[in-house]
Amino acid sequence: MIEVRWHARGGQGAVTSVELLAVAAISAGNYAQGFPSFGPERRGAPIAAFSRIDQKQIKVRSGIYEPDVVIVLDASLLSLVNVIDGLKTGGKLIVNTPKTPDEIKKDLNFNGIVATVDGTGIARKEMGVPIANTTMIGALLKVIGVMGLEAMKESVEHRFGRIAQKNLTAMKRAYEEIKISN
Amino acid sequence: MAKRVGMEVAVAVAEAVGQCDIDMAAVYPITPQSHIAEHLSDLVADGKIDAEFVTVESEHSAMSAVIGASGTGARVYTATSSQGLMLMHELLPIASGMRLPIVMGIANRAVSGPLNILNDHSDIMPQRDSGWISIFVENGQEAVDVSIQAFKIAEHKDVNLPVCVNIDGFQLTHMVEPLEFPDQELVDKFLPPRVPYATLHPSKPVTMGAFAMSDYFTEMQKAKDEALINSKKVILEVWDEWAKMFGRAYKPVETYKADDAEILMLTMGSMGETAEMAIDALRAKGVSVGLIKLRLWRPFPFEEIKAVLKAAKKLIVTDRAVSFGGPGGPVFSEIKSALYSEARRPAIYNYIIGLGGRDVTVKDFIGMVEKVIPCSAEKTVDTYEYWGVRES
Repeated sequence: MIEVRWHARGGQGAVTSVELLAVAAISAGNYAQGFPSFGPERRGAPIAAFSRIDQKQIKVRSGIYEPDVVIVLDASLLSLVNVIDGLKTGGKLIVNTPKTPDEIKKDLNFNGIVATVDGTGIARKEMGVPIANTTMIGALLKVIGVMGLEAMKESVEHRFGRIAQKNLTAMKRAYEEIKISN
Repeated sequence: MAKRVGMEVAVAVAEAVGQCDIDMAAVYPITPQSHIAEHLSDLVADGKIDAEFVTVESEHSAMSAVIGASGTGARVYTATSSQGLMLMHELLPIASGMRLPIVMGIANRAVSGPLNILNDHSDIMPQRDSGWISIFVENGQEAVDVSIQAFKIAEHKDVNLPVCVNIDGFQLTHMVEPLEFPDQELVDKFLPPRVPYATLHPSKPVTMGAFAMSDYFTEMQKAKDEALINSKKVILEVWDEWAKMFGRAYKPVETYKADDAEILMLTMGSMGETAEMAIDALRAKGVSVGLIKLRLWRPFPFEEIKAVLKAAKKLIVTDRAVSFGGPGGPVFSEIKSALYSEARRPAIYNYIIGLGGRDVTVKDFIGMVEKVIPCSAEKTVDTYEYWGVRES
């Protein structure tokens, strides 16, 4: 089972992302959960959301405390939230930033695997908005590798209709442009 | 077999209710039930289901509206949580007293105070004696299935009682997970149109909700009690039919690796599958432990509970609510009274867990079992413990 914790600010679409990912993973024949951190959320405040994907039925319904992957949609959170809290040994950190993985490693004094991509830059270019939640799904899929980008098509089209293609293009760019450290 | 789809459970509950040919719904939105209200009103507004969605100004009005509509013979639905359910409280025994087959989804949430919006069972417990059939679900699939079954149970001619479906708020309602929806054709076959015992109609006047003083009140109460007790037979029949038609079996009391277990743990609601993982981990270490999952809260399944507890030496009962100043959690209290007349009964331990959304993990369940392993099995402990509570 792969467990992912998402960090974002309220309104940046992390909850939408965990839903899109879970729906797509289930359509592709996996078992999955997608859920927000339970409770009241405020626009702009730091929030978390969670994904679980497995090949077999997922029974556990408690929170995720030791994720395999942490994905950060807003790099300004790196100085506010301990995003690597509980990250498994050998776990991976993905950050939406124009910085290199090595720069992030240095910033956080973190020695594990870091992957970076300028998701906001891509989203701005491809969709005209600085909202990178769908873009960063591409980055996540590249890192976790449980399914290909094509698995996202149906759930993104269902959710976004005529602007789906722009989201898919941005997602593909993040998939291709992400840089992963050793 | 239907295809598995990923969907948020609250939305799925509204979809399932939408499959039930309802005539009318009155749902006042409240966290964490809101997505049921929103999606059901979408289904009506988009013309996907042919029903009236009555907008109301409170849960008291929502329940009043469904009582009135149900009286006319309509198939009705409402849903609420926490404070909303507390506001409905006054009307709940009226709905059952009038023998109206209303179905209500409850996205279980803690009641104030202090104000909290997260899950526990403190909203349904004060409604226990309202004369409603009360069923707990464990996962999204059960939320879908039981929301459909509830209409068939409620409307059965030998039942005519309201049914509430308890769906843990957030833990279930806000989870996107894999679900199968039954084929509409099969649902139509399973759930034919309601045949009401009597209907309110201007051209054929009847009295419903009549006045009854000491001359009839006791008899009315006994009739309601018997109807609720007897509803178990129908519930079992409906679950049998469901298993035959849709392949998923339901029982008032579910067990997991319980047959030969010396220690049993009991859960109700969404924690069951997490507890199963603890049972697996403990079994792997050689601990003789199993799980009981209580699905039917009212009518309380006394015989089934006695049967599954026959051989166990120790029983851990978990409660997601408190009976303040009482004998322990409400489930604990019920289990103890079920066992009082038994010659052989396990020692019982009661843990209050998961209040106001506090997470309960596999480790917590393992901890509870490990704590009772060294206890003497000779006597029941008459106190209860708040698991993981901070005392300083």
